[in-house]
Amino acid sequence: MIAEIGLAALWLAAALAVLQLVGGVLAVRGQGELASVVRTSAIAQGVLAGLSFVALLWLFIATDLSVKLVAANSHSAKPLIFKLSGAWGNHEGSMLLWVTVMALAGGLIALVERRLAEKTLLATLAAQGFVAIGFYAFILMSSNPFERLPIPAVEGNGLNPLLQDIGLAFHPPTLYFGYVGLSVAFSFAVGALVTKSVTPDFARAMRPWVLGAWVFLTLGITAGSYWAYYELGWGGWWFWDPVENASLMPWLAATALLHSVSVLAARDALRTWTIMLGVIAFSMSMLGTFLVRSGILTSVHAFAVDPERGSFILVLLSLYIGGALALFALRANSISEGERFKLTSREGALVFNNVMLSAILGIVLLGTLYPLATEAFDVRVSVGPPYFNPVGAIFTLPMLLVMAVGPLLRWRQDNLTRIRLPLVGVAVVMLATLAVVVLLGAYSLLADLGLAIAAGLAIAAFLPLRGRNLLRVPLATWGMVVAHFGIAVALFGMASESAFSEEKLAAVSIGDTTQVGPWDVKLEGVVPVAGPNWTAIEGHVIARYDGGKEVVLDPQSRNFWAPPQETNESQLATRWNGQLYAVIGNQAEDGRWQLRLWWKPFVTFIWYGGMLVALGGLLSLIGRLATDLKRRRALRRRELRSGEAVA
Amino acid sequence: MKAKHQRLVLIVIALVALIGASLLAVYALRNQASFFYVPKQMVESPPDVGQAVRLGGMVQAGTLKTLPDGVTVEFIVGDGEQTVPVRFAGILPDLFVEGSGVVAEGRLSADGTFVADNLLAKHDENYVPRELEEMTEHQRKQVVAETIEGTAAKAPGAP
Repeated sequence: MIAEIGLAALWLAAALAVLQLVGGVLAVRGQGELASVVRTSAIAQGVLAGLSFVALLWLFIATDLSVKLVAANSHSAKPLIFKLSGAWGNHEGSMLLWVTVMALAGGLIALVERRLAEKTLLATLAAQGFVAIGFYAFILMSSNPFERLPIPAVEGNGLNPLLQDIGLAFHPPTLYFGYVGLSVAFSFAVGALVTKSVTPDFARAMRPWVLGAWVFLTLGITAGSYWAYYELGWGGWWFWDPVENASLMPWLAATALLHSVSVLAARDALRTWTIMLGVIAFSMSMLGTFLVRSGILTSVHAFAVDPERGSFILVLLSLYIGGALALFALRANSISEGERFKLTSREGALVFNNVMLSAILGIVLLGTLYPLATEAFDVRVSVGPPYFNPVGAIFTLPMLLVMAVGPLLRWRQDNLTRIRLPLVGVAVVMLATLAVVVLLGAYSLLADLGLAIAAGLAIAAFLPLRGRNLLRVPLATWGMVVAHFGIAVALFGMASESAFSEEKLAAVSIGDTTQVGPWDVKLEGVVPVAGPNWTAIEGHVIARYDGGKEVVLDPQSRNFWAPPQETNESQLATRWNGQLYAVIGNQAEDGRWQLRLWWKPFVTFIWYGGMLVALGGLLSLIGRLATDLKRRRALRRRELRSGEAVA
Repeated sequence: MKAKHQRLVLIVIALVALIGASLLAVYALRNQASFFYVPKQMVESPPDVGQAVRLGGMVQAGTLKTLPDGVTVEFIVGDGEQTVPVRFAGILPDLFVEGSGVVAEGRLSADGTFVADNLLAKHDENYVPRELEEMTEHQRKQVVAETIEGTAAKAPGAP
């Protein structure tokens, strides 16, 4: 019964999306009385899609094995949290989650957005309906999550053991929230193109969605990177894997969009560029989804792939993006030029970094798609770090330098001599760090430059606060400071990991000690252990940092039995200045055990940095929303007062 | 500088950056992309010694052995026509077994052994590395047979 309710709600929501599109188009063309229909259907669509997703969660909690999706992905012996995450840890469920979040976002816009011109809002909702229809069609036609089995299964299949991890339970939804936020930005962009009104007010209405999407993407990428780091047991934190790139590309576009939408809101400049970025950011989300879901590229992360569904997403992708670009080509000329600015100005710095971000985006995109292109000529290649690292760095490093300076500049027009003191200070810090690192023994050019820039950037991030009363600095400015500082922290972690990591691969007998970096590591014993749906051998390892306190590590080699699979569970000892990373492997014929150890100084800063960046975005979002609320209240008060005066 | 010039300068900067980026990317891709070989290709037209490439094939049954240091393994990868010996120092990936498909990232050494930095094996029982799809019909059947076995064994309720 629950499954049927869920399905019915989904069909109704799809019908409302159609109504929202048709009503929206008519309303924009002059049938103003339809406006309330559009708003109402957006809200109802959100409620129905939400209901449908709750129904799916319910089925997974109850482990209703007559539903195909539950039988294929769940198991009665699974812990509750993984039953829940199983609901979206598969293709059908994740698509339902996507469309649900999208419908909820549409409902929210209809409910609270009052600043946007009525017509632009209606056009936005119509665009949102248009995008949603494609996803509803996709789900209802090719990936119905509520499909029943003719004969209920006796027991479920279980979830891929690699996915039975608490971090991963929240990783895909986080990215999806980001993607969906960008779909809202896309709808705004289309809405503004339709009505040709690209104004600061439009930018202020769009900004919270971009900020929110960006915060989620940042969190999603950070969490995904940490997951790959400890779960795959390879000791790396970024593999330039197509699936990772698929999440990085929307982030790059969203970062550029975030900054250009701020210029539009503050200065009424960069109008067409912002619209263009809105279209590109969502295109990258769709492309990412396509790459991940279609299995068209070889990936270590490709868990749920199906070429047929891939082609459906490709059709949607070309429909949305092609349509939006065509609209852009038709309308871009009629959007009048915004405010002007000098090259040396905050806008100038932001534009420079926007260009750099676009270049990096292009590089990642080319590298990700290149294997596909060569495959057409029957040549099989893979593109990895030797391409991405140096080529990306050529654009990333100058961008980071400008990022240190940009926030110190004034809007519209400025000159560098005004801020020469802080500039010289930051430059001195960078050069001094570089000198120290090189004297310590040059590691690699990129790592050395990374360390130097990180040091300078960490200080530069706080310079916008100099000479200001800290209590009166707006929250949004704090957000920028924290996010920029987070970039410096993450960069330091990356450079340090690449410069100072030490690796040890050894076969050790029980009782033996081996060294890695400043650590003494002793294998005390190996024991068999069992979990709810796996058995494992567990190494009992005692590690001492520099002769200090004992730390116990228990890396495992696990055998899951539903479905049957073997995984290496790494174990980490975290100190403030880095992590010891231990993996246990097979037993050699002579009885010794394989132990793989890494000492990674300051590696954790990568993810601390990522979290700081997200926190910065969050602060900024809260600051902006609070300002909006205040303004709205003031407006209402004024309206009330003028109403009284008339009476 | 006039405003119009200003705009022009910005556009020129953007164009230069983007064109520069694409030229650089194309140049780097030509040099840094690592090619994929099956054993037949590697034997008949081997890559330069030391060049990063990938080798894909089936791990031949009975060839996996651990060297005395306890961490280095050697095995032979074949495609039904030719074979290449592979050496790998490290912990074998999940689900790495003889007779299954593997993709090795690494380089050919002067003595004809392929030294792998990394092994990509099947991720789960349904996963076959994409590159292996082009292997001979016989071997593909072998992989498929394995997969079906695995699926049948774990889904007793399926009709």
